[in-house]
Amino acid sequence: MKLTRRDFLKISSAATAGLALGGCTTMGFNMQPVQEQAWRLRTQDAKETPTICCYCAVGCGILCHTDKRTGKVIYTEGDADHPINRGALCAKGAATYQVAQNDKRMTKVLYRAPYSTQWEEKSWDWALRQIAKRVKDSRDKSFTRKNAKGQVVNRCDGIASVGSAALDNEECWIYQAMLRAMGLVYIEHQARI
Amino acid sequence: MTNHWIDIKNSDCILIMGSNAAENHPISFKWVIEARKSGATLISVDPRFTRTSSKADFYTALRSGTDIAFLGGMINYILSHNKYFQEYVARYTNACFIVGKKYGFHDGLFAGFDPKTRKYDKSYWAYELDANGVPKKDYTLKHPRSVFQLLKKHYSRYTLDKVSAVTGTPKEDLLKVYELYSATGKPDKAGTIMYAMGWTQHTVGVQNIRAMAIIQLLLGNMGVAGGGVNALRGESNVQGSTDHCLLFHIWPGYLPTPRASAATLADYNKKYTPVSHDPLSANWWQNKPKYVVSFLKAMFGDAAHAGNDFGYGWMPKLDDGKTYSWLDLFDAMYRGEFSGFFAWGQNPACSGANADKNREALARLDWMVNVNLFDNETASFWKGPGMDPRKVKTEVFFLPCAAFMEKEGSITNSGRWAQWRYKAQEPPGEAKPDGDIMVELFNEIRSLYAKEGGVFPDPILNLKWDYTTQGKYDAHKVARTINGEFTRDVTLKGKTYRKGQLVPSFAFLQADGSTTSGNWLYCQSYNESGNNMARRDNRDTSGIGLYSNWSWCWPVNRRILYNRASVDLMGRPWNPKKPVIAFAGEVQDGKYVTKKWVGDVPDGGWYPMMNPDGTPRSDTKYPFIMKPHGFGAVFGPGRGDGPFPEHYEPIECPVEKNLFSSQFTNPVAAVYRTQKDVYKTCNPRYPFVCTTYRVTEHWQTGVLTRWQPWLLEAEPQLFVEMSEELARLRGIQNGEKVIVESPRGKVEAVAMVTKRFRPFMVQGQEIHQVGLPWHYGWVWPPDGGDSANLLTPSAGDPNTRIPETKAFMVNVRKKGV
Repeated sequence: MKLTRRDFLKISSAATAGLALGGCTTMGFNMQPVQEQAWRLRTQDAKETPTICCYCAVGCGILCHTDKRTGKVIYTEGDADHPINRGALCAKGAATYQVAQNDKRMTKVLYRAPYSTQWEEKSWDWALRQIAKRVKDSRDKSFTRKNAKGQVVNRCDGIASVGSAALDNEECWIYQAMLRAMGLVYIEHQARI
Repeated sequence: MTNHWIDIKNSDCILIMGSNAAENHPISFKWVIEARKSGATLISVDPRFTRTSSKADFYTALRSGTDIAFLGGMINYILSHNKYFQEYVARYTNACFIVGKKYGFHDGLFAGFDPKTRKYDKSYWAYELDANGVPKKDYTLKHPRSVFQLLKKHYSRYTLDKVSAVTGTPKEDLLKVYELYSATGKPDKAGTIMYAMGWTQHTVGVQNIRAMAIIQLLLGNMGVAGGGVNALRGESNVQGSTDHCLLFHIWPGYLPTPRASAATLADYNKKYTPVSHDPLSANWWQNKPKYVVSFLKAMFGDAAHAGNDFGYGWMPKLDDGKTYSWLDLFDAMYRGEFSGFFAWGQNPACSGANADKNREALARLDWMVNVNLFDNETASFWKGPGMDPRKVKTEVFFLPCAAFMEKEGSITNSGRWAQWRYKAQEPPGEAKPDGDIMVELFNEIRSLYAKEGGVFPDPILNLKWDYTTQGKYDAHKVARTINGEFTRDVTLKGKTYRKGQLVPSFAFLQADGSTTSGNWLYCQSYNESGNNMARRDNRDTSGIGLYSNWSWCWPVNRRILYNRASVDLMGRPWNPKKPVIAFAGEVQDGKYVTKKWVGDVPDGGWYPMMNPDGTPRSDTKYPFIMKPHGFGAVFGPGRGDGPFPEHYEPIECPVEKNLFSSQFTNPVAAVYRTQKDVYKTCNPRYPFVCTTYRVTEHWQTGVLTRWQPWLLEAEPQLFVEMSEELARLRGIQNGEKVIVESPRGKVEAVAMVTKRFRPFMVQGQEIHQVGLPWHYGWVWPPDGGDSANLLTPSAGDPNTRIPETKAFMVNVRKKGV
């Protein structure tokens, strides 16, 4: 049988888990086969998707295991094939399952009106239309065709943007494209701080 | 990073200073350990004894904000003990250049300083040129105005006594570090530096790194395996977001954002394209006009053409001499200059220096959009500490977004590897990928302008915006635009490329509109051979861990930058055991007759500088191809605060004088003047030096990690770490609640009394330092404490304007006293 590095790690970690439990054996039960079976059941039908960790810029590989029936990520682990981390992860990277499954995640568009004391739930359509109106209004009022010296500058001085190093490259690129097309010059993000 | 993570294993000596890799970049430490297994020496220099220090062969401490004094002492040691790599320094660095007669340095100020504007006139630091306009050189390094001799003179002032009195580092410890590190000045030895925000977040941040770059050049550590200047970047895609320039001063690919004085594309090219009159200088930036036109074509598509300056007039221009950086942005917001604000994937109410100023600034907006995964202190600022929602006018839109495993796209790590990642599940509830939010929002904005008209609608209506497939954002379409394509059939280098075909690499980009490229540095990332960022071949054929077929790295998959400095003038590796590249061309009669390099993608594929018989070649180029003159910059005349790093005290410090000169702080540091910008030096109310840092279990403001039970359990709340001596002085017990206050704000924290901080002897006086992590905020968890950035000052480096959050002054007292 030809084992990949990843297979090997899977088997060895399952064995380690079994041994640890084996140490706790009481009343003559050997938990090891049960544990190995439980391990297999957990991920055997799951789809493996490689991704890269969302925290620091080491760029470690993570494998997400997605349950094919529910479509939910049920387990995350270090990608043993990745040349930088070779399956290892730090505490944060190892906890990314709790990013995927977290009941504190925000799932609705929220709006807070001026001087209001609370959030209201809104639809995407409503929010994007309202934001677009605010952008146009602010831009049209603050747009500077020429600066104090009379030089053409064609910029929007009334809107600023920060973010984000948490975006993908492609998102960064289209974000800068839309901001610059709108004429923004106050464009900054995490790299400056 | 000029090198990359795995390359750390090739090092003979690793200096970790200004970072704490073991805790903040834990997996990078895997490669530090690999290096140590092969006999490398690990040095840790940090005000606090960290987990990095615990694994080091040698550890010593310095007071925060005195790195230039520490490193200046090392430069002095290297020069006075002849530890530098003579041939490398003479032939590959600008140490041989002759500086003009106007240059001078007196009592902490370089020539050209204007006290009224607090700015330098950099023309005082210009090189002396020959009749052709090429810098004059003295390869013997003996000319009294050579960079080498000026360097020697400048750092002869950095004596052990003086450096120790300023840094608080014992003299014998300084000597030990200098000896260990300068041992890498031999041709076959490599030393590397791993630094992070501990060096950048200072009013001398750029010069901290310049000082180390000088050391790396003097020791011949640039371009080689196990060497380089390596910034450990802190966010998964902060390299990519920098490359794509979500920053005021640059367009994608580090093209300068135009100033108002550059009215036309021709003005722009003239102003920003460097010129070299030396035929041996590649001066790579001479290609800038090709990259700019290709970028504008990517922005505006067919609407950009030679007849309208490729849409150059549609792009916003900055006023000359004005900065629009983070600190300036929040200063302007605080002064009420903005009506609207996007905080997209960021939590500035906790992440920015002087957080209370920023929080108040948010209340002066008409509207704000925050895009995030979790509730945070920015989205909910209107109900935060000290805010009365009924008095806050700002309308807030919170848009929930997808997490990283809920979308597809690439991110670029610190080693410049762009790695593709895939979607593993749908976002929860109504959350959407950021790309979809952007596409839909801009569609709304554009349709408003199309319908109603408005001020200067042209750039909005003409922006190329075709990034969807079946109505959904498609990262592949953007990746193609970033790479670029041919806009018509073109024949280049004897080969014909069809309209619509992806450009193979940036060497094919043109200034005539026949190519597009959203970012020239990423040209090759997604071309006709496929999505190179998605490659997963993890075999290493280089022997030095380049892994060249895993993902893709910029530029042109070159894994180690400036690698032509890793070989001698004849193209032979300085270290034959760890070659990055080597020249393998055929030789006839002592001359190279065919051109072939093996190893990494060479930094330009020209012939070596010399033939095997020692005769120079005219068809070669100097190795530092991104510098106009082709040489590594020991002398840096482009910086705003001087061509050599000089020690100045932080804006807030515990000493009354700077022992190196009567210039107390950086004369051109960025400071601000609202009532919220308060700075206090040598004030008995704030007697202790303070720094901020991070812990392994949390990330940045904690906006993701504070919501994860596993991580929160490990690090549940804000603490302030202090020495046993300071705790005794203030009657504080380990675990007690204390108040930490600066001139700008205060936080409540748990006292963590450790042996990891020790008092410093600075200028004959005992100085205490404390530190606290900046991961917390009032939204979550309850009683977890608030942001350490409530304490930090809004003062910044004059070049980058990065705030000085690693050295400032505080008081610590028991709660209720």
